[in-house]
Amino acid sequence: MKVRVHVSLKPGVLDPQGRAIHHSLEGLGFTGVNDVRAGRLIELDVDEGVTDEALDEMCRKLLANMVIENYRIEKVAA
Amino acid sequence: MTGFRAAVVTFPGSNCDRDMADALEKVSGAAPLRVWHGDADLPERLDFVALPGGFSYGDYLRSGAIASRSPIMRAVVAAATRGVPVLGVCNGFQVLTEAGLLPGALLRNAEMRFVCREVPLRVENTRSLFTAGYEAGETIRIPVAHHDGNYFADAATLDRLEGEGRVAFRYAEHLNGSARDIAGVLSEAGNVLGMMPHPERAIEAAHGGTDGRRLFESAVRGLVGA
Repeated sequence: MKVRVHVSLKPGVLDPQGRAIHHSLEGLGFTGVNDVRAGRLIELDVDEGVTDEALDEMCRKLLANMVIENYRIEKVAA
Repeated sequence: MTGFRAAVVTFPGSNCDRDMADALEKVSGAAPLRVWHGDADLPERLDFVALPGGFSYGDYLRSGAIASRSPIMRAVVAAATRGVPVLGVCNGFQVLTEAGLLPGALLRNAEMRFVCREVPLRVENTRSLFTAGYEAGETIRIPVAHHDGNYFADAATLDRLEGEGRVAFRYAEHLNGSARDIAGVLSEAGNVLGMMPHPERAIEAAHGGTDGRRLFESAVRGLVGA
């Protein structure tokens, strides 16, 4: 089973990388971009028997830092 | 001063471990034990554990994230919980927050730049084991060298840290976007200190300054007597 974990900074946490990307987009002449937030995508290939609870625990224990980040688990059809 | 038993932990990618060991040996007179990230246990009867600076595991995932889950960290967390003093500098501070021994997190510097220079620090707490050798409100000069030193915690946590006197050091300038210019924080019990500046890089005249030396002297004196 393929699983995608989307990790993003919580709202309100300053995102210097997103800001730099935003600035660079403006430098390229793109207009109308109101905000940019950079996150991380982690793709896992796991056995069918791996439970939702286990996936959740992986996120909370390692893949995301719950002090600053949120995560979303997406299961992808193989 | 004799009988000071310290350990310095080395992770893959640590690069300040020798400086840390050297500082501890110069101040205490005893060479620290060296511990590898894959070790399951710390040496027995330790007085002090130091987590050095560097780029453990290449800063993969998040700075300090992988190191904080390495086998030795289970032993470090257990030791810290028993009250053994633990000092984390730079990447060591990041490891301590990732391990949950200190609150908050260290984000990318607000200006996106790696900062590598000596900075003025205000000593905010002079009652801890690590800072007893400084004068209240004193400004000292210690080098920093980091990309992810922007301290973040929610407002309630910051208020609690301030109220409990757990802000050990504050930058005396706006350096990296850190909340309330926080440069170093103490654990609730006071035996764990994490700080981004490198005191081990300011312990002898040849370093260009000696303001870091008193941190180690405070700890050694507090633990084994002068």
